[in-house]
Amino acid sequence: MSQSYEIIDHTYDVVVVGAGGAGLRATVALAEAGLRTACVTKVFPTRSHTVAAQGGIAASLGNMGKDDWRWHMYDTIKGSDWLGDQDCIEYMVREAAPSIIELEHYGMPFSRTEDGKIYQRPFGGMSTNYGEGIAQRTCAAADRTGHAMLHTLYQQSLKANAEFFIEYFAVDLIMEDGTCRGVMTWNLDDGTIHRFRAQKVILATGGYGRSYFSCTGAHTCTGDGGGMALRAGLPLQDMEFVQFHPTGIYGAGCLITEGVRGEGGILRNADGERFMERYAPSAKDLASRDVVSRSMTMEIREGRGVGAEGDHIHLDLTHLDPNVIDQRLPGIAETAKIFAGVDVAKQPIPVLPTCHYNMGGVPTNYHGEVLTLRDGDPDAVVPGLMAIGEAACVSVHGANRLGSNSLLDLVVFGRAAGLRCADTIEAGAKQADLPLDGGDLALSRLDAARQSKGEVKTAALRLEMQKVMQSNCAVFRTGEVLQEGCDIMDDAWAKLSDVGISDRSMVWNSDLVETLELDNLMSQSQVTIRGALNREESRGAQAREDFPDRDDDNWMKHTLAWCESDGKVTIDYRPVHMEPLSNDVQAFPPKARVY
Amino acid sequence: MVEFSLPANSKVKGGHIHPGPKDAKSRKTFKVYRWNPDDGENPSLDTYAVDTEDCGPMVLDALIKIKNETDSTLTFRRSCREGVCGSCAMNIDGTNTLACTKYISDVKGDIKVYPLPHMPVVKDLVPDLTHAYAQYTSIEPWMKSSTPAPERERRQSPEERDQLDGLWECILCFCCSTSCPSYWWNGDKYLGPAVLLQAYRWIADSRDDATGERLDNLEDPFRLFRCHTIMNCTKTCPKGLNPAQAIGEIKKLMLERQG
Repeated sequence: MSQSYEIIDHTYDVVVVGAGGAGLRATVALAEAGLRTACVTKVFPTRSHTVAAQGGIAASLGNMGKDDWRWHMYDTIKGSDWLGDQDCIEYMVREAAPSIIELEHYGMPFSRTEDGKIYQRPFGGMSTNYGEGIAQRTCAAADRTGHAMLHTLYQQSLKANAEFFIEYFAVDLIMEDGTCRGVMTWNLDDGTIHRFRAQKVILATGGYGRSYFSCTGAHTCTGDGGGMALRAGLPLQDMEFVQFHPTGIYGAGCLITEGVRGEGGILRNADGERFMERYAPSAKDLASRDVVSRSMTMEIREGRGVGAEGDHIHLDLTHLDPNVIDQRLPGIAETAKIFAGVDVAKQPIPVLPTCHYNMGGVPTNYHGEVLTLRDGDPDAVVPGLMAIGEAACVSVHGANRLGSNSLLDLVVFGRAAGLRCADTIEAGAKQADLPLDGGDLALSRLDAARQSKGEVKTAALRLEMQKVMQSNCAVFRTGEVLQEGCDIMDDAWAKLSDVGISDRSMVWNSDLVETLELDNLMSQSQVTIRGALNREESRGAQAREDFPDRDDDNWMKHTLAWCESDGKVTIDYRPVHMEPLSNDVQAFPPKARVY
Repeated sequence: MVEFSLPANSKVKGGHIHPGPKDAKSRKTFKVYRWNPDDGENPSLDTYAVDTEDCGPMVLDALIKIKNETDSTLTFRRSCREGVCGSCAMNIDGTNTLACTKYISDVKGDIKVYPLPHMPVVKDLVPDLTHAYAQYTSIEPWMKSSTPAPERERRQSPEERDQLDGLWECILCFCCSTSCPSYWWNGDKYLGPAVLLQAYRWIADSRDDATGERLDNLEDPFRLFRCHTIMNCTKTCPKGLNPAQAIGEIKKLMLERQG
């Protein structure tokens, strides 16, 4: 290393990395449990990308008609194309109602029904009576539900006196003999290095949407937890399943919530036809996201796209009551005005399927404990490490997540991880010294990037990766195109060693931050595209034109993928949990998925 | 006469000039405030030319293009790029706003970009907002209710819920507070419009019954009453909110309870 770095040491019971919905909910639970907790985050908590969630959070409250958690469970399993673990899904949907009532008690400003209850809207794939009718299950705060939730959780963490380390970038985990012992971080505000030792580290670092050229995710959605896990020699699960949201604004990529269609918005092609009636006769525009995104792509391919290039679709709200737009959809009216120049009362919004959510992530059980495959045990717990939220793969979303199940995932499993820590660790317990070389991986990586003088610019290599992922690993995939993408990704990987940056400072060196983030994006892109090539079937968000059918005999299993430091990917599998958690519900065996 | 002048090390000097591509179809010039805490130099105003035909429509698009292609040392916060996270608040063309929702084409002539005014600068366009965040914490921005929580949700009529519109949407970007002359001079004690808007958000919530306590917390010559209805806050808010009105409502409640 070209220079030594002074290290400031901290010891906590638990360190949460990330302060989005999941990280904050865990932090609140941990602080309330009396565990000494540090929440380390690279952005101020209310800037986390949970803030951009729009449509809502699902729970069978039954405020707008009869509902049952079993129906929600069935919808989620069907949405997951039977790749979701049924025990975890049962846990999530049963915890949904109390979790949302808790948010309301925290003061979250939900929209209301006439009788003062939480307002619930229809959402894609959410049905009553196992697919018969359309459920109103998605609890909403206008179309800014994520904002309402994230601010509420930050407020609760202030109330609970939680300790934050804000604008600290997590560089790498500290591992010892397969156990996570802590995390190395870099304080952007003054450039110091902070080493956290903890009984548990909880990764709540979100998704890696920025692996793609056009995504709804923030610039900060670089999946830092997934990158750290891969470098620690741990596998990621089901990474080939990347959700394309049907309605990102054409060009800008900004999200337009599915709640627009929940409130009556309609997708139309160049002929003005409501084409979803052909693809999903029953659910129509409210079919599951993978189904709608594929249908839109088919329309465009067959020459019925709109615009001068015929390369996008219209989302039409012009027939909606202006009060509905005013009361329920003010945020997207503003976003459409700013980013598409459209007055939604008079003109349709130009939209395109846009990379939105990563179903894959760090494999965990429903307590949030990280799992790996060890000595034939597919559910071996990695001591000291937990993961929650989009960073994790519980798996409750399987091959395709239903809209409004992600905010639910955040609060349910954020809380579950906090409760698990309260049950399993002793506050203030003495911790062994960290290994002498504990922070070396992090520091050597940081220093190498900081001093790098290569020819390749971080931004140029990132763009190269994003373009490959966008063109070779998107809505429709074939073996040939994926193989080509893998080859290009290998070439891109080789350029990592030739990256050079200009800023050598330690205070708010965002040139260096972006370079460290690029490592995280690259390794996750690798396991994503390799996983997609490997999985020779179509299921949920993985649509292989060369293998158009779901193949339950061979592929009803989770992919586990490891990534070596040279970019080489190894793949193995875990079985899907097909049994529910309790006797209160039957298992849902796989069947054809029709909307 | 007292003579006022800036400390010698705070004078902004002319900086580097980056001419941009020679074959640019439509050239726009950005003059961007730079300051690096490490080099002991004064702040400078660097000049970057950007081909707007080859760039997204927003000021943030141009800053990212500059960072990606011309000068990767340029430092600024950004995240959502759609006006909801509040990271990229800065002073553009003399007005505090979000770079991600500010059109390049809305500015005539060169575009000057500075950090939010009157806050300590960490580096370039990154201000230190620690004090503003602490002020937010000081108003205890969480629900307070003396009644035990019911098993289900607390009921709130649509009309009661409407009272929160225009308040809860605040993204804590602090464009308003840092545009307020009163906050510039007395920011150590005056809470500023962003935080007062949030104070009123809880007072206005039918489920919260700590209004008396919340008003007590604001009852001193500075915390609330340094608002002199200059209205810069409302004029500058990139989300179209009206902090000045919320402050006015709090002042009214203060007067009412004095009888």
